[in-house]
Formats: sequence, structure tokens, C-alpha cells
Amino acid sequence: MSPFLAVIARDLRLARRQGTDIAMTLAFFVVVVALFPLGLGPTPDLLARIAPAVLWITALLAAMLSFDRLFQQDSEDGGLDQLVLSGLPLALLALAKACAHWLTTGLPMLVLAPVLAISLNLAPDSYATLVATLALGTPVVSLFGVVGAALVVGARRAGVLVALIVLPLLIPVLIFAVSAIEAAGAGLPVRVHLLFLGAILAGAIPLAPFAAGAALRQALD
Amino acid sequence: MAQLSPAPARLTATDIAVARGGRPVFAGLSLALAPGGALRLAGPNGGGKSTVLRVVAGLLSPLKGRISWDGTAITDDPGAHARRIAYLGHADALKSALTARENAEAALAVAGRASPEALDRALAALDLQRLADLPAGWLSAGQRRRVALARVVASGCPLWLLDEPTVGLDAASVGALERAIADHRTAGGMIIAATHIALDLGAGDASLDPGAFPWTAAASAFDEALV
Repeated sequence: MSPFLAVIARDLRLARRQGTDIAMTLAFFVVVVALFPLGLGPTPDLLARIAPAVLWITALLAAMLSFDRLFQQDSEDGGLDQLVLSGLPLALLALAKACAHWLTTGLPMLVLAPVLAISLNLAPDSYATLVATLALGTPVVSLFGVVGAALVVGARRAGVLVALIVLPLLIPVLIFAVSAIEAAGAGLPVRVHLLFLGAILAGAIPLAPFAAGAALRQALD
Repeated sequence: MAQLSPAPARLTATDIAVARGGRPVFAGLSLALAPGGALRLAGPNGGGKSTVLRVVAGLLSPLKGRISWDGTAITDDPGAHARRIAYLGHADALKSALTARENAEAALAVAGRASPEALDRALAALDLQRLADLPAGWLSAGQRRRVALARVVASGCPLWLLDEPTVGLDAASVGALERAIADHRTAGGMIIAATHIALDLGAGDASLDPGAFPWTAAASAFDEALV
């Protein structure tokens, strides 16, 4: 097994053993989405109107809870030194971390979101687009999250700091994703929105790991 | 200069100067290690022993100086240098949720050195067979240290960098570690260990105190280097 795959396998195994970490992130996603119909009362039209934004913003906030898993524990227990001494270039190490994070956070949200959308009365035509935006958008969330997590390695209150760094960077993802879902609901073409999301992902895959690798190099000194 | 044996040096560090967090640690430090050699880092707390290990591992970049392996600077190919090194930091790098064996397996797989037979031998050498399938979170500090040492022993890396390897170990475990070190050196492996206690690294070991290389005359050079 190559070191790259070994890092992913290691993180997946850890995530499975410490299952509560993932469960809490997903439970936060479910609970917060469920609060909207309860708080707004029986207003199906209003819920349908805000459903795309609620789903995406809640998914982003839930993802913020998961970023301290990325490097914080490894930095505290000495595991980060071992990962760096694997000989894997730091950018590839960051990419492996992002892959493992997406598999344990983005992918489950992708599966949960359509179910939660029912409670928000999302327009029936929007479901396929909702899943498509999450499929293109959540990998970007993981990639940017790795950059943020690498920047705050060793910092106090790192979890809050990561959210403050990463959330503004995700504004374009939010805008194009929500626009696409609303366009689908209104019967308008969604292709251009999805292409923009795809372009952001295509840019983030090579660039974010390099940024994260540089940040890790700083954190080691 | 700590020339350790007549054999030509494999690892050399020349005129190393290091600062951490903007504060000078040491300057003008040199060392050399030939196959089978051992170097003990001694000196008081805060003297820079751990820093020497991290610099040799390539985890820290020195401000000045050159570290080379068989004559090639380690910065030419950091990945290749990293794969030569088994590093034991002051933290054990164990995940409480994984068993002792899984911890070592995962670390070795990440380093591209997975070998079940070597791991079995290392666990046996450190008397860990009975504990191998317990979660690391259940183990005592000394037992966790032994698991971390088993990872080093099983790695098959030519250079071991050990930062206070005996912390928490009982006398029997220290003896097991000394035997593992002797085997490693007989096979041509090298060791640099930072330790306070009388850990026997074997015959022909040298000693180095990083605290003996203070940054004094070089103070102005330090300012320049930081700017």
C-alpha cells in the first residue's frame, strides 16, 4: 500500500473507531435543519423558498465542527511528526487528509441532505441538483478545511479560528450551489451554475493541498 | 566534532545553527556518525537535545549549516531522507482508540515499511505480545512508550532518533531496549539518543552536549540570519 493510501486508510480506521466524532457532526446537521420547520411554523411556501440556503449553510456549519479532527489531534500526540516523516510530500499528505475528511463528512452529508430536504418542502425538481451541488461542493469544503486546519495547527481555540478562515472562502461555493438548486426548482437551466462549482473544485484540487502543505511546513518550525 | 569510529561517516552535520521562535538555541554544532555508530546527546533541560534530533530528522530547518547523508545534502531529497529515519519524539504518537498493534501497523504503513514479521519480532523483543491487542488508551505510560519503541525497532530504518526513549520504562524494559539497540548497531544501524539516564548504547558511543555550543560570538550573524 502506498503511503498516500495508507494515510487515508489510517484516518478512516480512526474515524470508524472514534465514531462519535462523525456522528456528532452529522447529528448537528440533522438537528439544525430540523429546527427550521419548527421555528418557522406551518409555512410550506416559505420553507420551500429557503430550503436550498438552509441545507447548504447548515452543511457548511456542520463541516466546521469536523476540521479540528484533521491535524489537531495529530499535532498534540506527536503523530504529525510521523506523518511528515513518511516521506510523502506535504501537499500529498494534505490531499490524503482531505480525501479522508470528505469520505467521513462530505459523503454522509450528501446521503443525508435529500432526506432532510423533505422536511423543508424542497421543490421536487430540485433534488437531483441538490445532490449534484453537494457532490461538487463538499470536496471543496474538505480541501479548504485542510488549508484552514493546517494554518491553525497548535493555535488556541483552533476550531473557531478555522471557521473564521474557511467560511468566507466558501462564499462562492454557497452562491453557485444555492443558485443552481433554486434554478432547478424554477425550471431554469442549471448547467452554468454546476460548471462554476466544477471549476472551483478543479482549481481547489491542485491548489489547496499546496497551500496546506506550506502551512504545515510553517507549523513544524 | 564527534568522530565516532574509523569507518567513513555516513551522516554528517556541519556548523549547524538553529533558532526556534526567534530565539537562538545553538550555533557551530557539528557531528558525524558512521554505520554502526551511536551518539548520546547529553546536557541540561532546554539545552537543545530535542532540537538536534528534529534538525537531523529534517523536521526543523537550521538557519545555517549543512546536514548530509553519504555526502548528499538531506534537503536535496527530503522524502528519501525521511524514509531513512525512525523518530521517537517526546510524545508517543499513539491513538488511544487503536490497539497497540494497529498503532504500529498504521505508522509503518504510512512510512511505507509495513512488515508483519518485523513487527511481531519487535513486539516480542519489547515483551508486548500480551498487550498487543489492547487499545493503547488502556496502557500505562511505560507500556505506551514500549509500543512507540516497537514501531522504531520494526521500521528497519538505518537511523534511529530517540528523544528520551527511557521515560516511564522499568529496568527490564530498559534492558530490552539496550539489546534492541545493540542488534541495530551490529546490523550497521545508527542511533542518536537524547537521554539523561545511563542508557547503555553499546561500545564506542560518543557524547555531545548541544549546550556547549552557545550562540555568543555569532550573535550578530544570528540577527542577520533572522532578518
